[in-house]
Amino acid sequence: MWYSLTRRGSRGRKGSALRHRTRFSTIAVVGIIAIIGAACANNSSTTNGGSTSGAPDCNTPPGCVTVASGAPIEIGTLLATTGATKSLGLDSLYGVQLAVDYLDQTFDGTNGQVDGHDIKLVNETDGCSADGGQKGATTLAADPQIVGVIGTSCSSASLGVADTIFSNKGITIISPSATNPALTTAGTHKPYYFRTAHNDRIQAAVVADFAIQVLKAKTAVTIHDESPYTQGLTDGFKLNFEAQGGTVSSEEAVNSGDTDFKGLLTKIAQPPAPDVLYAPDFNPVCALIEKQAADVSGLANTTIMGSDGCSDSTFIPIAGTAANGNYLSGPDLTAFSGGDFYQNQFLPAYKKLAGSAPISVFHAHAFDAANIMFDAIKKVAVQGSDGSLTISRVALRDAVQGTSNYQGIIGTLTCTPLGDCATSVKIGVYKIPNVPFVDPTAKPVFSETKTLAEVK
Amino acid sequence: MANGERGAPTVAVRTLSRFERLPLRRIVLLGLTVAIVLVVGGGIAKTLTLPAGQRLSWSFWVNLTIIGLALGSIYALIALGYTLVYGILRMINFAHGEVFMAGAFGSFFFATAYGASGFLNRHPLPALAILFASAIAVSVGVAVLLERVAYRRLRNAPRLVPLITAIGASLFLQNTFQGLFGAEPRGYPRPSLLTGTVTTGSVSFDKMDPIVFITALVMMLALQFFVKRTKTGKSMRAVAEDREIASLMGIDVDRTVVTTFVIGGLLAGVAGVLYSLTFGTVSATMGFLPGIAAFTAAVLGGIGSIPGAAIGGLILGIAESVGPYLLLEGVHAPSPFELKGVVTFSILVLVLIFRPGGILGAGEVEKV
Repeated sequence: MWYSLTRRGSRGRKGSALRHRTRFSTIAVVGIIAIIGAACANNSSTTNGGSTSGAPDCNTPPGCVTVASGAPIEIGTLLATTGATKSLGLDSLYGVQLAVDYLDQTFDGTNGQVDGHDIKLVNETDGCSADGGQKGATTLAADPQIVGVIGTSCSSASLGVADTIFSNKGITIISPSATNPALTTAGTHKPYYFRTAHNDRIQAAVVADFAIQVLKAKTAVTIHDESPYTQGLTDGFKLNFEAQGGTVSSEEAVNSGDTDFKGLLTKIAQPPAPDVLYAPDFNPVCALIEKQAADVSGLANTTIMGSDGCSDSTFIPIAGTAANGNYLSGPDLTAFSGGDFYQNQFLPAYKKLAGSAPISVFHAHAFDAANIMFDAIKKVAVQGSDGSLTISRVALRDAVQGTSNYQGIIGTLTCTPLGDCATSVKIGVYKIPNVPFVDPTAKPVFSETKTLAEVK
Repeated sequence: MANGERGAPTVAVRTLSRFERLPLRRIVLLGLTVAIVLVVGGGIAKTLTLPAGQRLSWSFWVNLTIIGLALGSIYALIALGYTLVYGILRMINFAHGEVFMAGAFGSFFFATAYGASGFLNRHPLPALAILFASAIAVSVGVAVLLERVAYRRLRNAPRLVPLITAIGASLFLQNTFQGLFGAEPRGYPRPSLLTGTVTTGSVSFDKMDPIVFITALVMMLALQFFVKRTKTGKSMRAVAEDREIASLMGIDVDRTVVTTFVIGGLLAGVAGVLYSLTFGTVSATMGFLPGIAAFTAAVLGGIGSIPGAAIGGLILGIAESVGPYLLLEGVHAPSPFELKGVVTFSILVLVLIFRPGGILGAGEVEKV
């Protein structure tokens, strides 16, 4: 058709161009109306009718989910199971799967049930990015049977993306590893968003304490990759480090897909080189920084510190022996209050499911998040006379928020209205190669317990 | 006008050409030139005249230049592949970045095995020989496959068609490797012979950088010798000049084209190993950015010219390493390092605006 449009001037076909143009514009107008119609249709909230006799008010948005007799309760997962950070996401997914297994109080490979219904996991990937979070969250939110979601792995997929999409639909979401402070700060927190992950204000404070007290560092340089997670940590570190007398001489930034850091490291190594280089980035950036720093002689006396974004099984293969002697921070896995249960039952079951030792450090957080979700469902679900289950979305959110003194693996959890469930957290600093994603019993060389109330 | 409708377009065309002849276009270009000179010149001046406490030492610039030369050598090797294929077929092989990636991946499996067993450190030279050989084998294989499957039928198609095919092939290869080997980046070991820094005075650089530069230089000289002095080289030059007449002269065009792809693949394979050794990582998507950078280098130097690709690569490498700091440190921009990509692609855009023929502006006769 386009071909004939260009032959406007040729003989005997003078009228055809105009006809084609009219037909084309008609199709275009119809198409635009169709697209607008589809978009508007998506925005209407899904309310499941058929309220049973009982408390839940299913007529006011966001309504309820009705699980038919014999049908499974659908729980979504939005974790970074693809891409460069896939170890982080898979590790959390294993934690969720183990929680489903443990519903019958044993790790035997057969799943338990909640209120007589099976649990069905609907898995999406968050790609550890805002785009991935948008895509996965939209897919899950469009399914009216999703009761709750465990996710996201990365703060970039949550902040302003998944937390907003799910809150608009009334789907409760609990994150096992998104640690950015803004996710639970008044003003940016979204009502249906919770997390068992620690708040990075705590991690940044612990790292700064380690740098000042143990490394006796006076100057530092930070490297972030523009993502909310890394910037939250570098900002928090600067705040705490400078409050204790240190100086952050510069704050550098890289792109998360970069592989060549030699120019940057050469610049940082210009005398005077800093005592500490804080690079709380994801893999492979943090691994490559450590590896390439070994080839810059000016950084020989600089200690490089990473964070739990580095803590997955791709770190050591990429960084190699160049990273030995540097440090990584992350949740202290040896300080879990559910320590016996964790060591003697959870870890062997993990090994059986995954075929290896834990590949990252948030599996226990995911296990606890899933269990909080299941407990909340048990608390608010109303059994119908026909064996169906009705779950009010608002009641579910309130039940999760009301979680108080819950004994999880990672500690005693009490959820707050702003979404943090792990209010008292122990963060450890590990010396490479003695790291928990290689050996879950690895002991940190420094650890501190801090509560949200005491950090900046 | 007597001819009614026929005359109307003619009037429009005449008005348009009158508009074009206006100095407006010249004025815009002139204004752009002045703006660029001011920005670049001003940035450089400010950086070099920073007060003594903040000024960057000359050894810093030397360090960056060495890093840039090594990076530029890798770009040059890949750019040669682009320029050779363009010379012969007049098409941009956008899948060449993936040929480079395939080579790196091909050697990756040997590299990790040898690294783990220690063979890489005990007998580095034989190990490196095998790494290069495996990389070349895989990248040549992929290049030849591309030519056979994707490009051979499109020799006489309109220019846009092979371009789109190349982009499609690039995506296909990226995703195939992702599907086969996973999307996450992997570590690539370096023999201890090549690890460590060399310090002379206040300049210290990675041992690997001069090795990359020298290896690339040797390959480029070998290529120049091959193209100018051997019979196959002569037939390549002939096919580049005029395909039909060359075939009339008895040159086997198909074989010449395949040879060109083989050579391009060989250089890309070598570049793949050098890149992996320098930066220590391979991934299925590693070919994308270096591929575009090498394309920029080829255009910068003059697409279709071998010395052009080499020079373009080196200049681009140095510009990418030194440029951000040279331009932005003086104005205290936060984190100039992040803007490496801006430098590369600005160069591409500016070259295409001002001098699309590139530095060595390949004339009709000089092309390979």
